[in-house]
Amino acid sequence: MNALALLVPLALGLGTLALLFFGWTLGNGQYDDPEGAASRILFDDTKENS
Amino acid sequence: MTALPARLDAAEPRLSAGACAHCGVPVTPGAGRFCCAGCEGAAALISGLGFGAFYRKRESAAGGIRPTALPPVDFAARAVPSRGGAEHSLDLMVAGLTCGACVWLVEQALAADTDVLRARASLATRRLTVTWRGPAERAEALASLVARLGFQVAPWSAACLRATEDEEGKALLRALGIAAFGASNVMMLSVAVWVGSDMGEGTRGLMHWLAALIALPVVLVAGMPFYRSAVGAIRAGRVNMDLAVSLGVLATTAMSLSEAVRNGPYTWFDGATALLALLLGGRVLDRAARRRARQACAELLALQSAEVTRLEADGTAHRLGAEAVRPGDRLLVAPGERLALDGVLEEGEALLDTAATSGESLPRRFAAGAAMPAGAVNLGAALVQRVTAGAAEGSLAAVARLLERAEQARGRYVSVADRAARLYVPVVHMVAAATFLGWWLGVGVSWQAALVPAVASLIVTCPCGLAIAVPAVQVVAVGALFRRGVLVGSPTALERLAACDVAVLDKTGTLTTGRPELLPDPARPEGALEAAAALAASSRHPLSRALVAACPVPVHAAEAVEEIPGAGLLHGEERLGSASFCGAGESMEQEGPTLWYRAGPQAAPVAFRFADPLRPDAAEAVEALRRLGLEVELLSGDAPAAVARAAASLGIAKWRAAATPTDKAARIEALRAAGRRPLMLGDGINDAAALALAHASATPAGGTDLAQAAADLVLRAEGLSALPAAVRTARRAQRAARQNIAFSLAYNIVAVPMAVLGFVTPLIASLVMASSSLAVILNALRVGREASE
Repeated sequence: MNALALLVPLALGLGTLALLFFGWTLGNGQYDDPEGAASRILFDDTKENS
Repeated sequence: MTALPARLDAAEPRLSAGACAHCGVPVTPGAGRFCCAGCEGAAALISGLGFGAFYRKRESAAGGIRPTALPPVDFAARAVPSRGGAEHSLDLMVAGLTCGACVWLVEQALAADTDVLRARASLATRRLTVTWRGPAERAEALASLVARLGFQVAPWSAACLRATEDEEGKALLRALGIAAFGASNVMMLSVAVWVGSDMGEGTRGLMHWLAALIALPVVLVAGMPFYRSAVGAIRAGRVNMDLAVSLGVLATTAMSLSEAVRNGPYTWFDGATALLALLLGGRVLDRAARRRARQACAELLALQSAEVTRLEADGTAHRLGAEAVRPGDRLLVAPGERLALDGVLEEGEALLDTAATSGESLPRRFAAGAAMPAGAVNLGAALVQRVTAGAAEGSLAAVARLLERAEQARGRYVSVADRAARLYVPVVHMVAAATFLGWWLGVGVSWQAALVPAVASLIVTCPCGLAIAVPAVQVVAVGALFRRGVLVGSPTALERLAACDVAVLDKTGTLTTGRPELLPDPARPEGALEAAAALAASSRHPLSRALVAACPVPVHAAEAVEEIPGAGLLHGEERLGSASFCGAGESMEQEGPTLWYRAGPQAAPVAFRFADPLRPDAAEAVEALRRLGLEVELLSGDAPAAVARAAASLGIAKWRAAATPTDKAARIEALRAAGRRPLMLGDGINDAAALALAHASATPAGGTDLAQAAADLVLRAEGLSALPAAVRTARRAQRAARQNIAFSLAYNIVAVPMAVLGFVTPLIASLVMASSSLAVILNALRVGREASE
């Protein structure tokens, strides 16, 4: 019972964290361009003027 | 600019000989490395920027990267200022972004400009956002840089936004995330209950309540898309699959709650959440497949949208959107521009290509004061048009209203999945109710205990397999067609296409290329073609252009050529034009469009005959349609002679010429009234009404925007052979969908009696659910494999 009292909230907490993270990535527009993002990791010399 | 890495210095594009080193189209050997001066310029620009690596990065030369002209749009006016006007940003739609290398090239080419702060292109949405320091006027230069690289650009329009800013899709994805979270966590607790046979009653109760704690909000939030659709269906007095899903999920949750209250052996929260997660996954994929097609359509339309030039009272010209123009305004129409509004010609004479509005393959001459229809293309010199009707009440708007009405009629089409639901929902719920009453009153167990087998029968009847049966097939079929260049926009398009039994085809621009071509003539004197082409080079008339295109050697345009409207071209003693203009007999005029050339008053006139050639695969496509059991008809607005010729060479017995847009729509109506299901294929504004009325419709990629909006399918790939292929895929998809529905129903014959008798545990229910869904998905995958063969 003691183990459950620790492990169940822990598992649920981690799961909720993952769900919140997913919500953040969704709101951040990270699923808008999956193909582009896939090839973007191959670009090696991106420079941005500032 | 920063120093470039050494390995980029090898800027030589290496491609196999015989293909253009930039765009990859075939080039005759020995003609150099590039197909045209534009490609050479683009390649020079790319290697000049030090981006020769582009040619190694891109996967394939898919064509479509030849340098393009900028559309006549005021880009500067669309730049959005920020930081008090010190910076501006602009959204562009970039067509032809096909791979990561294109994204890289566009972004890097823009970033090479020291004023550009950010350039970001999205491969999925084709949207380029560029931010720069400096005045709004830089917009034009930046857009033209992208155009010179070979990508067609257009301002990011509201239609593009609608197609990509998919709020509903995002909501679905969020619901899927929540459902997946709920399902996995509830499953963790449920598995503990299933395997923990030595678990104490108190611990089991705790597990039940923990599962309820997670499942209740998840079912409430993640099920929203289904509940909303179900409520909509009930309001409309219909029954659909989402209603079955909603009832199943809610009943399972309620029963599980009652089991948790009385601390029964099992709760079924895992089934409810897993069902939602699985169905939402199918829904998300289905939407993604169709979103790609919708975006591609919006992309094609954005390339056509242009602004008009209004002449103000003080003589200045001003560019603005067509919707802001009032009747009575004067518009300047440049050569080659499409008329956006109805109006009359103010002065002089005009030569317009009206193929899109009436289907005529030859341009028509308009005198001053004549009414010119919106959608026609100006082939002559720049003209001034006095607008007679604004965008909202012109002829195009009338067609658009017609389309809207037809669209609503089409929305009432009942898909096979919903037809199955009409039978399924009442039967299943009657079985569940009978089970409940049987156990409660018949056997005499408590009502809570009677609820378990009743709801179990609801959940094992697999609304899952049934609900996923059609979307799974749709995803696969739409995806396979997308790869072949066929865009499917409407959810029921494939189903309707599969049922078509008669094909009605338009001629100009659909079966034919819409561009006249010179017919070979062995009797033609040597050198005549070259001499005539030299004159023709200065004219925009389609026959002149065809003459220049047919000339095998480079044409040196003759200087000081005088164009006599309605007659022909004059250059010293040389004449090129109509038979009477060149002093030839009128007798030959009947044999299709002809140009005459006479070198001098004494020389004999030489005839150049033209024909609007059929697309190379037209005969094959018509034959394939016929083999598929479709009757083929030809319905054209063109002259009888031209239509008869096309019909004869394609072996089409049923044809009609000089059909007005109303005639075309009437013919479709008549076919429908006779119980036929017509498939309409057309490209013009004159076809739009018929396209919208037909059971299913398709348009080639070059079609007008109205035709594209009206059609179910857009054939983006060059050629018509994609249409029979689409019909075949649609029929296969329809067959697979029916098999899936039949399979899901057959499953129930075994599962329902078990559930009714109370043998089903949550573990068995989830096995049944998963295995039926898997079988249905695997069957759907077959459609894609066969389609790509």
